[in-house]
Amino acid sequence: MIDVSWTVVLPILLVTGTAFAVLLADLAVSGPDRDGLGWIGIVGLMVTAIASAALWNTHVEGFAGTIVLDRYAVFFDLLFCLGAGLTLMISMDYLGTIGLETGGEYYAIVLFSTAGMFLMAAADDLIVFFLGLETMSIAAYVLAGIWRSDLRSSEAAMKYFLLGAFATGFLLFGIALLYGAFQTTALGTIAQEIGPSTGLQRTLAFGGMALLLIGFAFKVAAVPFHSWAPDVYEGSPTSVTAFMAVGIKAADFAAFVRIFMHTFAALAIEWTGVLAVLAVATMTVGNLAALRQTNIKRMLAYSSIAHAGYLLVGMVAANAAGGAAVLYYLLAYMLMNTGAFAVVIALGKRGEPNESLDDYDGVGLRQPLLGICMTVFMLSLAGVPALAGFTGKFYLFSAAVQRGYTWLAIVGVLNSVVSMYYYGGVLMRMFMAEGGKRVQGTAHRPYLTATLVVATVGTVALGIFPSWAFELARSAFLSLG
Amino acid sequence: MVPATYYIALSVTLFSIGAIGFLIRRNLIVMFMSIELMLNAANLAFVVFARQQLAVDGQVIVFFVMTVAAAEVAVGLAIIIALFRHRQTLNADEVRMLRW
Repeated sequence: MIDVSWTVVLPILLVTGTAFAVLLADLAVSGPDRDGLGWIGIVGLMVTAIASAALWNTHVEGFAGTIVLDRYAVFFDLLFCLGAGLTLMISMDYLGTIGLETGGEYYAIVLFSTAGMFLMAAADDLIVFFLGLETMSIAAYVLAGIWRSDLRSSEAAMKYFLLGAFATGFLLFGIALLYGAFQTTALGTIAQEIGPSTGLQRTLAFGGMALLLIGFAFKVAAVPFHSWAPDVYEGSPTSVTAFMAVGIKAADFAAFVRIFMHTFAALAIEWTGVLAVLAVATMTVGNLAALRQTNIKRMLAYSSIAHAGYLLVGMVAANAAGGAAVLYYLLAYMLMNTGAFAVVIALGKRGEPNESLDDYDGVGLRQPLLGICMTVFMLSLAGVPALAGFTGKFYLFSAAVQRGYTWLAIVGVLNSVVSMYYYGGVLMRMFMAEGGKRVQGTAHRPYLTATLVVATVGTVALGIFPSWAFELARSAFLSLG
Repeated sequence: MVPATYYIALSVTLFSIGAIGFLIRRNLIVMFMSIELMLNAANLAFVVFARQQLAVDGQVIVFFVMTVAAAEVAVGLAIIIALFRHRQTLNADEVRMLRW
């Protein structure tokens, strides 16, 4: 019989329902102001977050064990609600500057992408993971190109689509090989049978694992598969870039961690070596390339690549401390990166995106709120103590050292020092350079201001009181299996 | 009875042709076609493995993959058309506004 379990899919159904409600409301609303649709989305996401939090202590499986709602899935559901909510907030003020304020489908597509993320985090079967991944990604391809009148947006969407579909091809063939090896795509069965496998089965499993690794490396923009990220991040509308950098990256890592650190845990010796090399390359190339950038969105794109490198260090640790560190860092990263992109939006206005670093000269002195917020975000991204970024990197690197990867932690710390140069460079321009650019800032943009305040307070709070969040992350990671 | 390894070799060959085609060709439609070739190579692998075990799991998975591929085609062609309206070209090398 069909094993329908409503509890398991409750969060996914709530988000999808919210997306449909936004679509229907878009038909009913007339006039140019679509803020109400954003509010419907945010209310729906809050309801979803409350429902997910209520399910924290229930571990349910459904649909013949292919979808599971454990604490890991609930942690990521809450994370995605936060990310999508912040994205919707900054979009409500940003869409007016690019002439898309009459397009309500933007909000619906963001929510559909979030629904795909929910499915990815809760998937206990490779095909369900594939479905969630594609739901999220196809919606993201549309979002990247949604500013149809801008050539850069269309080009970003084309590059994102082609490279994303290419990566999906690798992932799918890897899933096919794993299916051939184990006669099933259920993660639980694969986890048990992969350790003692021999001969042809082991060869097929290794092939599947290698192809999955390549596919995931493409998706999280690890070096040498990172070439799409700077172009896509720069060309997409800034609110979409924020969504991609925090939400989609978190969802990709959610699946990556579940499949590699849990399902392939028995073969950890094989893939940790490769991930360590990828981590070093990603951190180094990301940070060195960011030094040379003159466009803030491109600089933040390379910084995003570097932070994926730090997260890979946590995965190399291949134990509970490493997994918890990755989950915690995704939360901290979500807050500080969304805040940074919110500041980027605040500097722009209709017709003038002001994305060059020269446009930041003197802004901190003329707009103190922007100056304070950007200081918090840049220092947090660099890893300055008492902010969320420092605690995240501390957990990641100490997990690596615990497992004997001291050299990897040293490389990570050196890279953080290098990154201070370009993060601090932005701050120097904002406070110590003379510039005449009048920017609108946060005037007449209440939603953007609210997002900046939430992100700043969250970053500082996580930096001073990190343990509660880290314990949540640890219990979420330990609930796998 | 054709041995399963022959089918798997065909599947791997198709996948390689698709991957190399994507990397080498410059026409956007041909690049997209190469991606579809990769997805269908995986479909063939699923069917072969399912047949080997006399199970239907893999064949049902093919339905899922085809549905997803169809959705991807719809969105992909819409993106290519949007790009074409700007630049009047299908050559991937000529769309270079975002380079360094």
